[in-house]
Parts: sequence; structure tokens; C-alpha cells
Amino acid sequence: MTIDVARIPDAPNRRLGDTPIVQHPYIPLTDDDRKAMLATVGVRATADLFADIPAEHFRPEIDLPDALTELELLDHTRTLAARNRTAADNACFLGAGAYRHFRPSLIDPLVMRGEFLTSYTPYQPEVAQGTLQTIFEFQSLVCELTGMDVANAGMYDGASALAEACLMACAVTGRKRIAISDRVHPNSIATVRAYAHGRDIPVEVQPHGEFSLSDEYACLAVQQPDFLGRMAVAASEWGDAAHHAGALFVVAADPVSLGLFRAPAQYGADIVVGEGQSLGVPLSFGGPYVGLFACREKYTRQMPGRIVGETTDTNGRRGYVLTLQTREQHIRRERATSNICTSQQLIALSTAMYLATLGPTGLRRVGELCFDKAHELAARIEHLPGFSVEDDEPWFHEFVVRTPKPPVEINAALLERGIIGGLDVSDIRNRMLLCVTEMNTADELDRMVEALAEVSR
Amino acid sequence: MNDNRLEPTLHELSRPGRVAVTMPAPSRRANIPPELLRDELRLPEISQLDVVRHYTRLSQLNYSIDTQMYPLGSCTMKLNPKVNDAITAMPGFADAHPMQTADQSQGSLAVMHGLQRILAEITGMDDASLAPLAGAQGELAGVLVIKAYLESIGEKRTTIVVPDSAHGTNPATAAMAGFNVVAVQPQPDGDMDLEHLREALEEHGPTVAALMITQPSTLGLFDRNIVQVAKVVHGHGALMYGDGANLNAITGQVKPGDLGFDVMHINLHKTFSQPHGGGGPGAGPIVVKEHLVPFLPSPHVVLDAGGSTLEAGSNRGSSNLHPPASSFALVDPPFSIGRLGAFHGNFAVLLRAYAYISSLGGEGLRAMSEAAVLNANYIRARLRDAYYLAHEERTCMHEALFSAKKQKAQAGVKALDIAKRLIDYGYHPPTMYFPLVVDEALLIEPTESESKETVDAFCDAMLAIAREVETDPELVRTAPHTAPLGRLDEATAARKPKLRW
Amino acid sequence: MPTPDDRRYSKEHEWLKADGDEGSIGITEYAQEQLGDIVYVDLPEAGSSVAQFEKMGEIESVKAVSELFSPAGGEVTASNAALVEKPELVNTDPYGEGWLIRIKTGDTAEADKLMSAADYDAFVQGLG
Repeated sequence: MTIDVARIPDAPNRRLGDTPIVQHPYIPLTDDDRKAMLATVGVRATADLFADIPAEHFRPEIDLPDALTELELLDHTRTLAARNRTAADNACFLGAGAYRHFRPSLIDPLVMRGEFLTSYTPYQPEVAQGTLQTIFEFQSLVCELTGMDVANAGMYDGASALAEACLMACAVTGRKRIAISDRVHPNSIATVRAYAHGRDIPVEVQPHGEFSLSDEYACLAVQQPDFLGRMAVAASEWGDAAHHAGALFVVAADPVSLGLFRAPAQYGADIVVGEGQSLGVPLSFGGPYVGLFACREKYTRQMPGRIVGETTDTNGRRGYVLTLQTREQHIRRERATSNICTSQQLIALSTAMYLATLGPTGLRRVGELCFDKAHELAARIEHLPGFSVEDDEPWFHEFVVRTPKPPVEINAALLERGIIGGLDVSDIRNRMLLCVTEMNTADELDRMVEALAEVSR
Repeated sequence: MNDNRLEPTLHELSRPGRVAVTMPAPSRRANIPPELLRDELRLPEISQLDVVRHYTRLSQLNYSIDTQMYPLGSCTMKLNPKVNDAITAMPGFADAHPMQTADQSQGSLAVMHGLQRILAEITGMDDASLAPLAGAQGELAGVLVIKAYLESIGEKRTTIVVPDSAHGTNPATAAMAGFNVVAVQPQPDGDMDLEHLREALEEHGPTVAALMITQPSTLGLFDRNIVQVAKVVHGHGALMYGDGANLNAITGQVKPGDLGFDVMHINLHKTFSQPHGGGGPGAGPIVVKEHLVPFLPSPHVVLDAGGSTLEAGSNRGSSNLHPPASSFALVDPPFSIGRLGAFHGNFAVLLRAYAYISSLGGEGLRAMSEAAVLNANYIRARLRDAYYLAHEERTCMHEALFSAKKQKAQAGVKALDIAKRLIDYGYHPPTMYFPLVVDEALLIEPTESESKETVDAFCDAMLAIAREVETDPELVRTAPHTAPLGRLDEATAARKPKLRW
Repeated sequence: MPTPDDRRYSKEHEWLKADGDEGSIGITEYAQEQLGDIVYVDLPEAGSSVAQFEKMGEIESVKAVSELFSPAGGEVTASNAALVEKPELVNTDPYGEGWLIRIKTGDTAEADKLMSAADYDAFVQGLG
């Protein structure tokens, strides 16, 4: 295969080998070092160390763009970044699972400290107390937010956390059928399907609010707020229905909404998962994020993922360790609760810093600001000719607008005015899912209303 | 502060009424249905300085690559260039929303498409998927791709063969994908035992879907039988799954695709320098041969020839648009195994890998693996008299596998003790007790990032510890002595779990 | 610790101590030594049944998990509730307070398939 350099735009065409660059900044061994080391090893050339590789396959042609210096690399990537239209210089009303929230300035310099950024999984607790304590604190914060008893150190993202929760429900109940609401994010449903297919477990997507369960079902999974932004008042009835059928009630919740709304534990959740991204994590085109995962205490041993616990050292001093590791793949192998062996630690850390910084007042305010601004925009759009807001259920910071034209056309026109519009959720009608957070300024709301009025004319 | 705490928890730092940041007041009173509201929210209330000090102090309790050598075998703890962080922080990337349409995301998609092609080229495969969010998820994706492919050709195969020296993720993954696991053992010289493999394949015959194998192996050796192994496996109609955990040793030296692998996952947080972050995030792209491309996870980045139909349930909203010619698009492969997460993969991780590979180029990647292997062999040569070497007769790849069995016999000093004593010398311990097939294993991986002086100083420390085992074994058995804490009581932690404040 | 000769032993390092038509079951000193600090024991509930040499539960130390194989078949009459709070009893008193389950034994011939204390000691010796 040949990589056409032109398709990787703006890479200067210069090979590392063209000019005798002896040293690369990432590889410190000098020629003298190599000579001395080869002598100690007792071989003549480095190639001899690769003698086990079949000669006919050794050192093949590698067709890659040429090496870039740091200066060139920054230039190249800046050019690529400029090809994105982003929330950095456009008003953004897009949510649908990833949300732009305020990120307090102290997070970046702290989370990017090399001692956090470049450390490994804390298997050696004596030299990883920093990471371990932050995980213990993260678990505690997730418990406070969700109202659950125990939480793990983090999952890949919200969607995969939901998938793992459904599989865990199957392990707990010994049943092989998953019921999931059709108002769960479609990408989350797709993720649950992919995971469940591995174990040949059927996934049934049921109409929201009209759930039908029997003793075959391992769980009922719902999302709060749901994919269309709505908060269900009837959630506790669903929890009762799940429990009545002997199934677990799994709730995927947006953690920012939990600053304002009742915790899923209050309406019967057995497992709560969530997309941690909304806790001030940059959008970054979809990742890395972190999945939140919490459950009732009695299910602790069936929980996937890493868990940190408190203990003491030989001198009686308090410390933290990875614990209950026998659930995990490196010990239980094919009988593990999951194969996961990351906790998205750096992102989890950043969300813990976010919660520690905002505190209860700050998080509640973020929720109130989102709620207010979104409802203000909805009320103003409702007055625009041709538009109407679907307002039959309470909602948080996302809402569905019926539009007079296809959302694709509206969004294209909005983008010309420096606005990233909402997600196209058209069924037989033209519908658009809009999101407003505390990041949307009063001026942006004005511009949005004005632009919608214009484009619908 | 109590004596027994290194640092109070956030909860202990909290005082009612304190704030670290204030948010603007809402302009009007939120009119929220009262039955939906929560009554209490017990988050910590801490001043800004206390938050900053808390995390700064905690960070100082960690060992890290930025502060010392981290010779963890199988983990490839190499330099994490700061320029890569600067690139991911560029607003054009950091503020890109994953649900934006493809035409608004051409910069991000160009990076992803470029990386797909680069990874395929490096590994000698035909295409790549960047969707898997971690190495273990890449494994799951790879095995699900195998399952889907076999189903598509009408084969019901239910077994995966895994060497017992494998990472625990391999059998765990096979189980998650609904397969039974059969273990095979390596020969004494570390290579795959062809006879045993043939027997296993014959015994389980037409039920074997794949062999999952790490190359170079977890013993730090390049399997000299690999081409033969692939032929035997393919001869039984099964596929070759490559665990790319040890790719750092062979990048630019050999392409796994040329050796007969059909699918492989790559740990970007190992070979391609994504910082480990204390346990993630990483990313686990998979690369596949042509026959497996239609089954790759969603979404997949393609070069759109211009105006063609875009099948993209994944980025609905873009599906109705017609991007200009020569642009990139996200699509669902025709027989995709489906989605592994909410969006398109861990983009910022992918971006760092793209930046890292761009900094090295093809020649640089070759120089990288060469230096990594030379460093490991140098350590092997310097320590072989003091420590038992698992495969004495062979040179190693990027990691050297020792055993503390000599020290254990001599003075009852275990691998764990030696590892903990290294902490006192300022090094992170190497990997211990893995691979499971070697008693008292000490697996040392220096990577290409370390200079000769650092590697020498590390070897000096290992030799000093070997002498201490002879002269003062108690000193080693009770290490560490200079770390923030002594050894921790893991038994009590597991017996009486305290998992939150 | 000498291996008590009031009971019979399996190659899986479990013991069976008969007491009328009931029997109690546990793991041996050698087994607890090999496992290290026991942190959790997963046992069959009273009322369930176990079969000789078949899996009856799991025992976990900090960094290992092992399956438990019943040395005899029968209906479980009790499992050791004290181990929930104090799994370390298996370490400190494997032949006494660290017992795992009691069963109503059925087939008396099963005991013949187990070893005497002396034979078990020799067996363990052979393991090196």
C-alpha cells in the first residue's frame, strides 16, 4: 500500500534520512553509546538483535510522510485544525450526548502535571498515592452525585458504561435479555447491541414509558434526561416495574443535570451510569471522555472496572490501594467481570477537579443557568412563525423544535451566520434538537433567534 | 492534620460556605417542577488555594515518566512529548463537537484518515479502525470482527486458542465475545510449540476461530515459528489475531501483516506515546486484512469521492449533506460489528499518535524500535550474572525477562521485594509476576527514550540490590524505606472494602 | 501444623470430616498457605447440592482466585457465616473455625476416593 502524501495535507516532503540527522529528540542514544552498548551485548550491529525475524520480511519499505520537526508539526496540525468549524469561534447549540460547559482555569495546569499525566496504572501503591487518592475521591463524588453506594474508577465513556451495566445485570440476574428505552441515545443503544451480541444476548428496544417486562429480562435501561432532553417524572414507576419483574433498573444520567435534579437512587436505580464529559471535559471531537459507573453495595463484586479502597501501611498510616482485583481480567482471565483495564484516569481526575472546584452551589448554578437559558430560547423560538417547541414533558437544557424547513437547510444557513445549529431528529416532521448551556451568551441567543427568523422566511 | 494522613481528602478539606469558583447568577428564577428537584447535594466546599494545593500535593506523591525511569515491562513507558499536548489543546481540535457534520469536521477527519492509513502501512495491513477506546476494547472489536466474518461465510466456530503466557485481557476478551478459551504452552525456548498447537487444533478441529498471540511474545521474544504458526492456523480455517502490545519492538523492522496476521490491535498509549495518565485514556485501533474490512466497527473514515451517498447513522445530520469532492466522511462499514462507544473513538489520543508518528517518520520509527531493543539487550547483558535470565540463549526484543529465583533461594527475597527496593533508588518497579509462566518474574522494558547514562544508573541500582540480598536481605524484604508510605495492607482493603468517604 | 488424622483429603486440597450422616468441608493448611491472605469466600447456600470433585465455590486471596471442589457430594446444610466478616479464619484455623460448608453425605463409598492424612502429607511432599 502506498500512502499518498497529498492526502495527508501539508506535510513537507523531506526525509529524515536525506540529511544526516544523527539524533532525534525522542531517541537519545548517540553513535558512541551504540558502539559501547553493542560491545557489552556482544553483537556487531543492532540488526543482529533482530536475527529472529525471517530475513525475507526484515526491514520492509515503510511508506510514510517524512519526519517533521516540532516547528513544522505545529504548523501542519494548526493548518488541519483550521479546517474544522468549531465552537471556538461559532455559537454552538449542538448537544446530543456531548456538552460544552465551563471548565475552571485551574483544571488544565493541575491535570497536566507530569506526575499525573505520565504515571502508569497505580499497581505500586507506595509510589502512586496521588493517583490512588484522586480515584478514591472520584468514586466518592460519583456516589454523592448519583446517590449510589459504590462507584468504580471510571469506564471508557457513557455509552460503553451503559453496555457494561446491561451485561452486569445479566450476570447478576442470570438472565439473558435486555430491555432498553427507545429514548436512550441511539449511539448508546448501538453500543449495547454490539456488546450484547458478543455474548449472544438479545436487546429489545421498547417504546419509552410503555415498558413491558417479564421474568426473562435482566434489566430495564433508561436515560435521564432522555435523548430528546426530557426528564421523566414517572421514572420511579419504571424502577418498580423492573423490580417487580426481578430485573435491575439501569439509569444513564447526565451528571450536570444531577446538580439540580433528584438522584437516580431516589427513584430506584440499581446501576447508574453517565457520560462524564459534561463535567467540564473538552469536546475533542468525541473523546477521550469517561464513563461513570455506580451501583448498590450488594452488587460490588459484579461491578466491572477498577476500584480503589482505603487501607493503612505498615506504620499505620492511611493509604489507598487498588482492591477487589480478583474481579478483573489480569487475575480472573476468561471469568472476569469484563476485559476492561483502563479507568480513563486522567479524564476522571479532571471531572473530580471540576466537582471539587464548583462545589454544590456552583454545580447547581450551572444546572440553573442551562435550564433558564434553554427555556428562554425555547420561549422565543416558539414565537417565531413556523416554529414550535415540543413542550409536553419537563426538560433540562435540550429541546425539540419543529421547523418550517428541513434542519439541514436551516443548519447550513445558520453556519453562514457563525452558528452551529442543532441535531436533525426529523421523523415525518422537520425536527431539530437544540441545546443551550451556560456557555451560550445572551448575544448568542439573540443571534440565534434572529437567524432562525431570517432563514425561515 | 492527623499524623496518619499524607493528605486530607476533599471531604476533609470541605468547610460549609467556601467556594473555589463562582458562577454567574441566573437571570431569572428557574421554574423547575418541584417533584424533579433534588433536596441535597453533598459535594465538597473548598477554597481555590486549597483545591490547587490538594492536587499539587497529591501529584507529588506519584512516580511518573516525567520524574524518573519507569521500566515497566509490557507497558512501554516512553517519552510523552509536550508538543502533542499543545496540539490537542488547539481550539480547532479541542472545541470540535462530535455530532457536527463531516463538512464542518474536515480537519479532524483528515487526521483520522491519515492515521488509519499510517497504521495500516506500518503493520502491513489493508485498513484500520480507530473506534476502539482502549487496547482491551480493540481486542474485543478484533474478536467480534472475526466472529462476524466467520458467520458471514457460514462457519460456526466457538473456540479461541490463547498461549498461557498471554495478557489476561486475551482470555477475558474471548469470553466477552462468546468464545471458549483453549490454552497452549510455549516450548522451553519461548517459541510457540508447533506440535502442541497442531494437537490443539486437531482436537478442537473445526471449532477453532482464531489463535490470539502477542508478537513479540510476553516473554520479550520474537517467535521464530511465527510464519509456520500462521500457516498451521490458516490451514485449519482459523484466523490469526495479533495482540499489538509489544509493537514497539518491531515497528519498522517487520510488518505483522507480512507474517500472516489477519487482525491486530495497537495500543496507542504504548508504541505511539499517548501518556498513560495514571490509567488511561488510551486507544486501541485495530488493523485488518482486506477480507475483514467490511466488518470493522462504526464509524470508519473514508475519502469521499464526491457527492456519493453517505451511510452514516453514526453522524446523522451529515447523512443528508453532500460534501465537496475529495473530502472525508464518516461511514458505517457494510457488515459492521457496530458501535463501541458514543462517538468516533478517543480523538485526542488519536491526534497525539498522529503527531508522534509525524515527528518520527518511517526512518525515525525504525530508529525507535532499534534503540528500544538495544537498550533492553544492554540491560540483559549487564544484569545476567546477578539475576537469573529466563531465556539465556537468545537475545531479547524490547524487554528483558529475569527471575528473582536465585535471590529467593539465596535469602528468601522475592521479585516483589526487589521491585519495592528499587523505589528507594528512585526507580519505578519493573513488571512483576508477569508473564505467569515464569516464577518470580521481573520484566524490564527501558524503551528508546532512556539515555545510556540512565540505563546504566538503573543497572547499577539492580546490581546494588543483588549485593544487598547477600549482605542485608532484611533491608530488601522490608523496602521501600523512602517512599511516602510503606507497604500497604491489601488484605484488609479487600476484606473490609472502604470504597468512598 | 500436623495434618489432622480425623478426616480425609482430596487432591484439590480440601478435607472432609464425617460426623454421623453429616460432614464438614474445608481447605488444608497447605492450600491456605499457597493462597496467602484470604479475602473472600463464595460458598453454596444451604439447601443446594454439591457433587464430589465438582466445583462448589470460589476462594479469593488479594491477587488470586481459586475454584473450590467439593471432596464429597450431598445436600448443603450450612455454610460458614463467620467467613463473611472474617475470611481470614481460613488462614488462621483452616481445620477448625475456618471450615467452609456442612453437607448431608450420601454415598459412603465417596470417602474411599479420598486420602488419609498420611497419604495426603506424602502427596503434598511430592508436589515439592
